[in-house]
Amino acid sequence: MSNESQRPERVTIILHSGDMDKVYSALIIGTGALAMGMEASIFFTFWGLQRLKKSGLEKGPLSKMHFLGLGKWMVRQRMKKANVATLERLMRDFKELGGKVIACEMTMEIMGIRREDLREDWIDAYGAVGTYIQEARGAQITLFI
Amino acid sequence: MAEILVDCRGETCPVPLVETRKAIRQAQPGDIIVVVGTHPASREEIPMAVRALGLELLSVEGTETDWTIRIRR
Repeated sequence: MSNESQRPERVTIILHSGDMDKVYSALIIGTGALAMGMEASIFFTFWGLQRLKKSGLEKGPLSKMHFLGLGKWMVRQRMKKANVATLERLMRDFKELGGKVIACEMTMEIMGIRREDLREDWIDAYGAVGTYIQEARGAQITLFI
Repeated sequence: MAEILVDCRGETCPVPLVETRKAIRQAQPGDIIVVVGTHPASREEIPMAVRALGLELLSVEGTETDWTIRIRR
């Protein structure tokens, strides 16, 4: 317990969705927490895990008004105009500031995803629910996205 | 004591906050970090981060959309 209380404050996020806008939410909150002096970890599970596949990070559909990709394309244009960072850049910043990426092993099993299919350079740990609970039990903020 | 410039003009959430944090990490104790930006919310949020990190906020100057923040590591 005493070790737990000495750890810096932290945020843990479960990213269950693979939708582009929700991946943005997770990475913006994660990098924001790191920038403000907290620790942060993102547990990529189910559809979220698809985004850890090689060249998969930017591939998610829009959660609403995707319209076979037209909606996503329009939102992307707006984002470019507003100079919003790419997901690749946010992930790079997240890792550089010490953010942890955890990949869900059960999802890998269900979906037949092998470690070599994933961006292993981003992944700090492969885990299941116990890993998440251990991360979250002492966290000040936990989110399910 | 070095002075480190972080130019975040034209950048939006969360880039100014993240770039400020990166500069703080690279700075030596006593160094001054000067952040210039145009993103309104970051003008309020960078000082919040500075306080949370226990660093010294030297000044916040300029308008909401054209500001300069000085921090001592």
